[in-house]
Amino acid sequence: MSWEVVMGLEVHLQLATDSKIFSGAANRFGADPNEQACAVDLGMPGMLPVLNERAVRFAVMFGLGVGARIGKRSVFDRKNYFYPDLPKGYQVSQFFEPIVCEGQFDVPRPDGSLFPSRSTRDHLEEDAGKSVHDAYAGQTGIDLNRAGTPLLEIVTEPDFRTAEQAVAYLKSLHSLATYLGISDGNMAEGSMRCDINISLRPQGSDEFGTRTEIKNVNSFRFVERAIAVETERQMDILESGGQVVQETRLYDADRNETRSMRSKEVANDYRYFPEPDLLPIVLDDHYIDTLKAELPELPGAKRARFIDSYELSDYDASLLVASRDSADFFEAATGISKSPKLTANWMLGDLAAALNRESLTISESPVSAAALAGLIVRIADDTLSSKLAKQVFEGLWLGEGSADEIIEARGLKQVTDTGALEQMVASVITDNPDQVAQYRAADEGKQKKLLGFFVGQVMKASKGQANPQRLNALLKDMLDG
Amino acid sequence: MAPSELSAATAVALSAALRAKTLSSYELTQACLATIAKDNPALNAVITVSEEQALADAARADDILARGDGGPLTGIPLLHKDIFCTRGVTTTCASRMLENFVPPYDATVVTRLREAGTVMLGKTNMDEFAMGSSTETSRFGVTRNPWDTTRVPGGSSGGAAAAVAAGFAPLGTGTDTGGSIRQPASLCGITGLKPTYGRVSRLGIVAFASSLDQAGPMTRTAEDAALMLQVMSGVDPMDSTSADIEVPDFRGQLGDSIAGLRIGIPRQYFSADLDPRVAQSVHAALQELQREGAQLVDIELPHTDRGIPTYYIIAPAEASANLSRYDGVRFGHRCDAPADPQDLYERSRTEGFGDEVKRRILVGTYALSAGFYDAYFKKAQQVRRLISQDFSRAFQSCDVIAGPAAPGVAFGLGTKTSDPLAMYLEDIYTLSVNLAGLPGMSIPAGRVDGLPVGLQLIGRAFDEATLLRVAHRFQMNTEHHLATPSSAGEPT
Repeated sequence: MSWEVVMGLEVHLQLATDSKIFSGAANRFGADPNEQACAVDLGMPGMLPVLNERAVRFAVMFGLGVGARIGKRSVFDRKNYFYPDLPKGYQVSQFFEPIVCEGQFDVPRPDGSLFPSRSTRDHLEEDAGKSVHDAYAGQTGIDLNRAGTPLLEIVTEPDFRTAEQAVAYLKSLHSLATYLGISDGNMAEGSMRCDINISLRPQGSDEFGTRTEIKNVNSFRFVERAIAVETERQMDILESGGQVVQETRLYDADRNETRSMRSKEVANDYRYFPEPDLLPIVLDDHYIDTLKAELPELPGAKRARFIDSYELSDYDASLLVASRDSADFFEAATGISKSPKLTANWMLGDLAAALNRESLTISESPVSAAALAGLIVRIADDTLSSKLAKQVFEGLWLGEGSADEIIEARGLKQVTDTGALEQMVASVITDNPDQVAQYRAADEGKQKKLLGFFVGQVMKASKGQANPQRLNALLKDMLDG
Repeated sequence: MAPSELSAATAVALSAALRAKTLSSYELTQACLATIAKDNPALNAVITVSEEQALADAARADDILARGDGGPLTGIPLLHKDIFCTRGVTTTCASRMLENFVPPYDATVVTRLREAGTVMLGKTNMDEFAMGSSTETSRFGVTRNPWDTTRVPGGSSGGAAAAVAAGFAPLGTGTDTGGSIRQPASLCGITGLKPTYGRVSRLGIVAFASSLDQAGPMTRTAEDAALMLQVMSGVDPMDSTSADIEVPDFRGQLGDSIAGLRIGIPRQYFSADLDPRVAQSVHAALQELQREGAQLVDIELPHTDRGIPTYYIIAPAEASANLSRYDGVRFGHRCDAPADPQDLYERSRTEGFGDEVKRRILVGTYALSAGFYDAYFKKAQQVRRLISQDFSRAFQSCDVIAGPAAPGVAFGLGTKTSDPLAMYLEDIYTLSVNLAGLPGMSIPAGRVDGLPVGLQLIGRAFDEATLLRVAHRFQMNTEHHLATPSSAGEPT
C-alpha cells in the first residue's frame, strides 16, 4: 500500500526579551544554575506574575509577520501538571484565547518556489526550568534559570506531507523570527524547538490516522531524520496489521530512532483555567497598527523585491533573504559592485563554501561586503578571469588587503591587451606546427576539442592571466587564418 | 495611661498618648508582649512572637516620635495573620507544609505598615491556608474565643480577631476570601473590613483563591480601620490585579453625616438560616442608623443561595493550582527519603496538608477536570456574574447594603468540624461579597447570650469610605465596640 504522511508542527520559540515573561530576572542563556531565578521564578509563596510588555509586542510582531489575525483580547490560563522543574505546579500559558489566531503565509521550498502554510494559533507562555541529571551522583539537580523564559508556541495545521516541507517551514520561521529580532534563533541553545505530530494514512484517504508526537527536536537535520525514522516505524506497524499507539515520543539522535517517552500511557488532563493573577491582554487597533508600521521588510517581501529589482532567480533570492544578515550583505555588496547576479553567485558560491568550511556565519565573514564588491568590480570589468578571481578571493579571505591590492601584489592582472595576446598566440602556433596542421585538417566538431590544447598552452605561457574569451576568439582567428 | 487601660485602647488613643509623651512605644510594646505572654496560652491566638524585633522597632519608633516625625500609626503595635510573608520571621499559614518556612521578603502590606511605623509583635493563628471558618484547622491547635473559651473565634482570621478582642494589640491584619475577616470579627466583637478586590496588594500573601483573596484591617474601631486601610491601600506594580485607583482620605470623611444615605436590606439575608436573636440585634442596629437619618430600603439579592455552591467550586479550583507549588522540591515540607518524584509529591503533600486543605484540593481538581469543567467551573463563573449583577442592580436603589455578618454567634469548638457543609454555611452572608469583589465590613452590633453579633455593611466597588463613615457614625452613638471580654466578665 502507498501511504501519505500527515504532519502538523508545534514550534516553541524563545523570545529575546531582556527579562523574563513574568518576572524581572534576566533572560540570558548560560549563567550558573539558578543565578537567574528570582522568587517569582521559584514559585515562592505569595509571589505574583507581572506580564512583560515586550513579550506581548514580540508575539504581535510575529503574528503580523505571518499574516495572522491578532487576538485583541487574549487571556492567560494555568496548565496544571507536576514536574520537578515546573516550580508552581502549573505553567502559565494561553489556552482558550491566544494572542495570535489563524494565519497563512508562503514558505519557499529548497528550489525557491513557494507553498502556502496555515497556522492555527500562536500563544505566549513561560518556559519551564531544567532537570540536571548528570551533576550529582544518584540525584537530580534543578536549574530554574530557564523558568519563565518567554515562549511563543506556534501551532500549524496538519498541512505538511514531507520532511522537506516541514524543514522548509521551520527554516522560514527561523528566518522570520531573526528578521523581526524577536528571537536569537540559536537552536543549539534551545531557542527554537519543534514538536512534530505525525500520522500515516492510505494514499487518497481523507481521514487522519493515529498520530504520535515527537517532542523537542532542536535542529533542522534532526527534524528531517526524526520524520524519516518515525514514518518508517509507523509504516512497519501498519503494514504488519498493527495499530499505532497515540503517544509522545522522543527522538534519540545518537541512535537515530524515536522511542516512547512514557512507559505507561496516561492521558494528561491539564485542567486549564483562566490565570486569576493576570488580567486579560487587551490590544487596541492603534497598538497593532503602530507595530505593523514599524515592521522591517520581511523575508517574503524582500525575496519578491530581489527577484524583481535585481533580476535574481527564485532560488538565489530565497537563499539570500533567508537571513537578514545575508540579505543586507548582498545589498551592501551590490550597491558597490552594480552586478547583482555576479554578487549573488559569489555569495552563494565561494563565500558560502568558505564560511561553511570554517563554520562561520555571514556576519562573521572575514571578507566584508565592500571587499567582495571590490573583487566583483574587477571581474565585471574583465580585469580578472574567474580563475584569477578565485585567487584574489583567497587573498581577501586571508586578509591580504583589498581586491586591487591583491591583484597588484600577486600580479594577477588578466592579459586582455590584444597585442600581447597576439604575440603569445603566434609563438604557440609557431612552436606547435603538428597540432596546427591537425587542427586545420579537422572538421568543426573536432576543431573545438583541439582548440583546448592551444588555450592551455597560451594560459601556461601567460601564467593563467590571459583573458579566456579574448584568447578564444583570437586563437580561432589566427588558426583559421 | 495605665497598663490595664492599654489593652483596650484604640490606635487613635494610643497614638495621642505617644505624641503627648505620656507613653512610649517601647512601654506600649512591652505591655502588649506581657499581655500576650499572660493570656495567649489560654487562647492560642498568636503562634509566633517576634519580641526582639518588636522592641527594636518600638525603640526606632520612639526616636521618630521624639523628633516629632511619623504618622498616626508610628509606634502602634500590630499582629500579622500568619499568611503574610514576613522577612526573616517564620510564615507558616498554619500548615505543617510551611512549618519552617522563613520568607526572604515581606508582603507589600507588611512593608507598607512597617513604613508607616507600626511595630509587629508577631503572627496570628488561622485556619490552615485560610481554609476554614473556625480556626480549628490550624497545624498549631485551635484558637479560642476570648468571650468564651469553649467556643471558636471564627475563621480563618480567628487568631487576629481573638487577639484584638483580647487586647493583645489594637491592630491586626487579616485576609478574607469568603468571609475570613468579617465572620471572625463578628464572632469576636471587633471591627473587620474586607476591602474591594484590588484595593490592597496581594503580593506576599500566601495565595488561597487568587480572584477572591483580599487583605484588610481588624481593629477595635472604624476609625482605626480607616487609618490602617489608608496605609494598606494603593496600586502595587508587582500585583497586576491591584487597582490603580485613587485612594481617598478615609479618616477625613469619617465625620460626614449619613443623613439621606440609602441602606439596602436584602430580604435573602434574613432567611431561616439566621438565628432570630442575631436578626434582632441587626434590626436594632439598623434602627440606630435610621435615627441618624439613613433611609432603609428593601432590596433583593436573588442569587444569594447560589453563593455557597459557586464559591465552593471557584475557590477550591484556584486553590488546587495555588497549592501545587508545595511539592517538596524547593521549600516547605519534604518527606523522608523519596524514592522518585511521584513518591516525593505524594508523601510530602499527604504529610504536609491537613484534611480540609486536602478536601478542597480534591474538590477543585475535580471541578477543573476534563469533562467536568463546563458543568462546574464554567457554570460557577457564569453564576458568579449573576451574583455580581444582583449587587449592581441593588446598588441602583441604595448606597450601602446591611445585614448580618454570620448566621449566628460563636459556636462551640468541635461542633462543626465533622460537618463541612454546616461549616461552609457560616459564610453564607459574606462570600457573595468576595464573588462580586465588593468591600464588606463587620462591626459589633450587640450581644446574644453574652456573645458578640456583627453587623455587616457592603459597599459599592472602591467605596470603603462610605462603609467606614456608616460604621464610625454607628460607633459614635453606640458602645457595642467598646465592650471587651474582660469588661463582660470572666470567660465562662
